[in-house]
Parts: sequence; structure tokens; C-alpha cells
Amino acid sequence: MTLRVSNLTVSRGGRTLLEGVSFDVDAGQALILRGPNGSGKTTLLRTLAGLQRSETGSIDLAEDDAVYAGHADGIKSTLSVRENLMFWARVFGTKDITRAIEIFNLGDLIDRAGGALSAGQKRRLGLARLMVTGRKFWMLDEPTVSLDQASVAQFASMIRAHLAEGGSAIMATHIDLGLGSDAQVLDLSTFRAQTPKLNASEEAFL
Amino acid sequence: MSVWQYANPVKFLHLSGKIVPTLAVISTVCLVAGLFWGFFLTPDDYKQGSTVKIIYIHVPSALVAINAWFMMLVASLIWLIRRHHVSALASKAAAHVGVVMTMIALVTGAFWGQPMWGTWWAWDPRLTSFLILFLFYLGYIALWAALDNPDTAADLTSVLCIVGTVFAVLSRYAVNFWNQGLHQGATLSLDKEENISDVFYFPLLLAIAGFVLLFIVLTLVGTRAEIRQRRAAALLARTKG
Amino acid sequence: MIALLLRDLRLAFRAGGGFGLSLAFFLIVVVLVPFGVGPEMALLSRIAPGILWVGALLACLLSLDRIFALDFEDGSLDLLATSPLPTEGIVTVKAIAHWITTGLPLVMIAPVLGVLLGLPQQGYYWIILSLALGTPALSVIGTFGAALTVGIKRGGLLLSLLVLPLYVPTLIYGAELARRGTLGMDTTTPMLMLAGITCAVTALLPFASAAVLRINLR
Repeated sequence: MTLRVSNLTVSRGGRTLLEGVSFDVDAGQALILRGPNGSGKTTLLRTLAGLQRSETGSIDLAEDDAVYAGHADGIKSTLSVRENLMFWARVFGTKDITRAIEIFNLGDLIDRAGGALSAGQKRRLGLARLMVTGRKFWMLDEPTVSLDQASVAQFASMIRAHLAEGGSAIMATHIDLGLGSDAQVLDLSTFRAQTPKLNASEEAFL
Repeated sequence: MSVWQYANPVKFLHLSGKIVPTLAVISTVCLVAGLFWGFFLTPDDYKQGSTVKIIYIHVPSALVAINAWFMMLVASLIWLIRRHHVSALASKAAAHVGVVMTMIALVTGAFWGQPMWGTWWAWDPRLTSFLILFLFYLGYIALWAALDNPDTAADLTSVLCIVGTVFAVLSRYAVNFWNQGLHQGATLSLDKEENISDVFYFPLLLAIAGFVLLFIVLTLVGTRAEIRQRRAAALLARTKG
Repeated sequence: MIALLLRDLRLAFRAGGGFGLSLAFFLIVVVLVPFGVGPEMALLSRIAPGILWVGALLACLLSLDRIFALDFEDGSLDLLATSPLPTEGIVTVKAIAHWITTGLPLVMIAPVLGVLLGLPQQGYYWIILSLALGTPALSVIGTFGAALTVGIKRGGLLLSLLVLPLYVPTLIYGAELARRGTLGMDTTTPMLMLAGITCAVTALLPFASAAVLRINLR
């Protein structure tokens, strides 16, 4: 089991968004987070990634097996595809980027500057970055934004391949990726904090 | 129950509400008595004439200006370690009083020096250090004002206060070093031991007591206002959802 | 972490403008001073070490908000924060990169600008030494300020206000080192203090900078 979350509280900017969040993700599985805008999908992912603390609950996750890909892609526009990938490979201590380039069809683009890529190509680069880190558990925030249908299908097949290799993923996305039984869907509105719900900082003043 | 019970904002409001009026009265009495005595009932200094009387404002305000910052340091540490909101807000309130005290110290210091130096300002180590302290206060207050999230603001300003204290102390030594060799004789002697005989000493003590109590009163009032503001926001959030 | 340093250096060189702007600003300050105080070489050469120090400091100040802003805006900072790199290491590397792209060029160009201000012969050695010892401190302290204000919109002015009082000790000891050395006076105290400040802030301030960065990424 790659990730177990129990009774997590998710807050943003002083407001509690979600409470009692609990779920598991196993190897070879993907979890899709659904919910309206502002419901806390991004904040939940950031909490799992360690960028934010949770007031309650626990996250059982091998930290060095996880990698986070935020909403903004973090691709440097003045660096080439190769340079972008090599950087992340070195940061995460892996050496080889050739496999990722092959799988995500970046061979022709390898020396193109990040700023000259189309939206779909950038998404592929983003996924290649995840593969290059060598980590198995991918956390993705809105990975399919601004992708056309063909690209979405391509993205889905790449995720499927990742899952088939024993990897796992948690994604916040509105789009139905057609991943079938490999993917559970978690609707975050079931964990919506009872409104009005105040976080600890505000509670202290009442 | 220990003193930490007053870390609860509501309890703090109750206690401070009771003591502020009394403290305000005592502070006013001390201030009026000390200043009146100092200004009107003490003889002129043979060297500096009547302008030396400005020390009754300058010395207390300078003392408060420095100690306000140290109080902020302690309050910041308490916030970072124990997460007591009252502490963070007290630090914020104290800064506003401290910056005004620093300004008073600077202006009165300039007034004091003018007859001696012939100019309205000199880069005397004491005055220069206060000018730097003034900049630290400004930065601290500006940072509080620039951040929306109150917890983030409290965290960041607390770290700034701690780092700032180290640099402020370092600046004190640096400024002394920097001003060496420049007309030593003209430096403002705030060393009370030197100039102040008994005749001046007691009104000065009263004035100091008055200023310190004034600082406490104003900081308490400011903290109460901050707490009320947060309470109002929390109540609004509770009803609005 | 070397990878991060190399990446930041590469980005700085390719950004075109960021790197040369600090040098240009230094030049501007030095050129403006004679217009402000008059062209008398005797006066200028007396204040030359101080002007060079103030100019270098202001040029450093100018480039501080770029330290984290670019990475913050395109999401790289989040990715770096969730990578195996320790946050303290990230801020130290950022400070080093800032020094290499800003401080070091300032040190190298200072003697040239010293000519414009009639810096005395013996002053060249001292201005280079003092700037070389002091600009790393400016970068490290500046990185702290940048981390403090990274989330604030148009926080450039606030950044300057916060960092300036922190810069005062470094400026005093650095400029005094340059000035006294030029005059042939004893320079032990300012040199030791300046070196001490640089070492101490490099060793200790990254912890505060990292804490502050983490708070801002929440």
C-alpha cells in the first residue's frame, strides 16, 4: 500500500475546507479527486506533498517514493527539454533520462526551449519529469488543463502505462480519463467541512 | 492556573479591561508630576541651560523605544514556540507605540543637541542607533501590513523581529566603531551617572515611570483592539460560513 | 545542489538583462555622484570608497527580488521544496548564485569605477578586498529578505525597507575597511568584523531563510 490517509483536515488561508478525509491508494492504482472549484483538491495535494501541515489526522506515505507536480508546470522556458529533465534527474539522484524521453515522445523536441513547446508538449514534459525522478507515486494537480482530446487520450495511456509498471497516482482532474477499473474516484464534497467551520486560529478568538 | 491562562484572548480582554483604566490614571499622574516637576521646579543646568530639561522626555522615550523592541522579541518567541495569538498581537501593538517613542527620542535628541552642535542633527552614535532602530520598526510594521493571512503575518514578523534584534545589536557596535575619532566631546551624554545630580534624578524617575506605564497602557489598548478585530472576523466567519 | 546552482547560473545568463542590470546600476550611481556633489577630484577621491560601497549595495538590493520570484511564479519553488533538496540548502545555493551573478561582477568592476571617482592608488586593493569580503554577506542577508517577501505582490519596495537596516553593519565595516585601508590606517577591526559577519550570516541565516520560505509556501 502506497498511501494511507486517515482523518485528515485540510485548511487553506485560515479556513477549514475538508475534514475526516480518509482513503488508501495501492500500487498499480490511481485515485482521482473530484470536486467543485475551491473544494480543496489543490490544498489536499499540497498537504500530501508536505507543503502544508494538517491540523489532525495522519498521512502514511513513504516520502522518498512520492513526487509532486503542481498546477503550474515549473518548466523553465529558457532551458531546453533536455536541460530541464537533466536538472530534475540530478536533483532526485537518478541518471537516466533517455527512457522518459522515449516513452513520452520527446525525442524530436529534446533541444527545443521550454518556452517554445505547445501545451500538450509541456504536459508530456511534465510527466517525463515525474518519470525521471524515479519515484513511483505521482501526485498531479490538474494535469489535463488546456489539453485537447487527443492529448488527453495520450495522457491517459501514459498514466495507464505507469500504473501497469506498479506505479500509482493521485490526480485532481475534472476530466474522465477513461482509466476504468484502475482508477477510483473520490468525490471531495463528501468530506466538506461543516459550514460554518472555523480553523484553530479563529476558534481561539471565540 | 498560571499566567498562561491569559493567553486566551477572551480572558485577556477581561483582565486588561479591568486594569487599563487604573494604569492609565497612574501613568498620567506620573507623567504630569514628573514633567511638571522636571520642567518648572528644577534649576537650569550651568552648562546647558534650560534645554537640558528635554531629558525628561528624551531619556524615558528612548528607554521605552529600546525596551519595546525587546518586549516584541520576547512576544515573538512566545508566539513561535507556544502559538499564543495574544502574544503575537501584543508584539504588533507594541511596535506601533515603539516607533512613536523612537521618533520622540530622535526629535528630542536633536533638540537637545542643537544648542551644543549648532545643527539640528549630528551623526552621534546614540542618535544614529536610534535612527536605525526606527528603520527596523518601520520594516516590522510594514511587513505586518503587507500580509493578509494573520498567522503567516505573525510567523514572518516574529522571525524578522528575531533576526532584526541580532542585527540591531550588531549595528550598535558598528555605529560606535564608525563614529570613533569624531568629536567625542560633543556626543550626547545620556549617562545619567555623569550629569544628573539628585535634584534632577527624582523627577526623571517619575517621568520614566510615567512613560513606561504609558507604553504598557497603549500596548494593552492596542492589543485589545487587535483581539477585538480578530474576534469580529471569527464571528463573521462563523455566521457566514 | 550543484545542479541547482548550475541551473540558476544558466538561467541568469540566458535571462539577458538581469545580470548586466546590476552592473549598469552601479555605473549609474557612480556617475550620478559627481553630478550631485561637484567634479572636484579632491572631494571625490575622499569619498570614493564610501560611494563605491553604497553603489554596490544598492545594485545588490536591486536584484534581490529575482532570487525567488521567478521560481515562485512558475511553480518551480513548490517542486524544489518537495524534492530531496533540503530547504536550507536551496536558500544557500540561491544566495551563492546571487553572489556569483551580482556580487562578484560588482567586485570586479569596482576598480574601474574607482577611476571615475579618483580613488587613490592604494585604495584599489582595499576596495576589492572589502567588497569581496562583504558582498557575500549582502547576498545571504538579501536572500533572507527575498524569502520573507516572496509571496507579496510588488514586494520590491518592502524588500528594500526590510533589508536596508540589516545591511547597515556590513556597510559600515566594509566601507570603513576600504576607507581606512586607503588612508593607511589600521584595518584589523573592520576586516575581522566584516569577515566575521560574512561567516556568521552564511552559517546561521539560511536556517531563518529556510523557515521563512517554508512559511510562505504554505
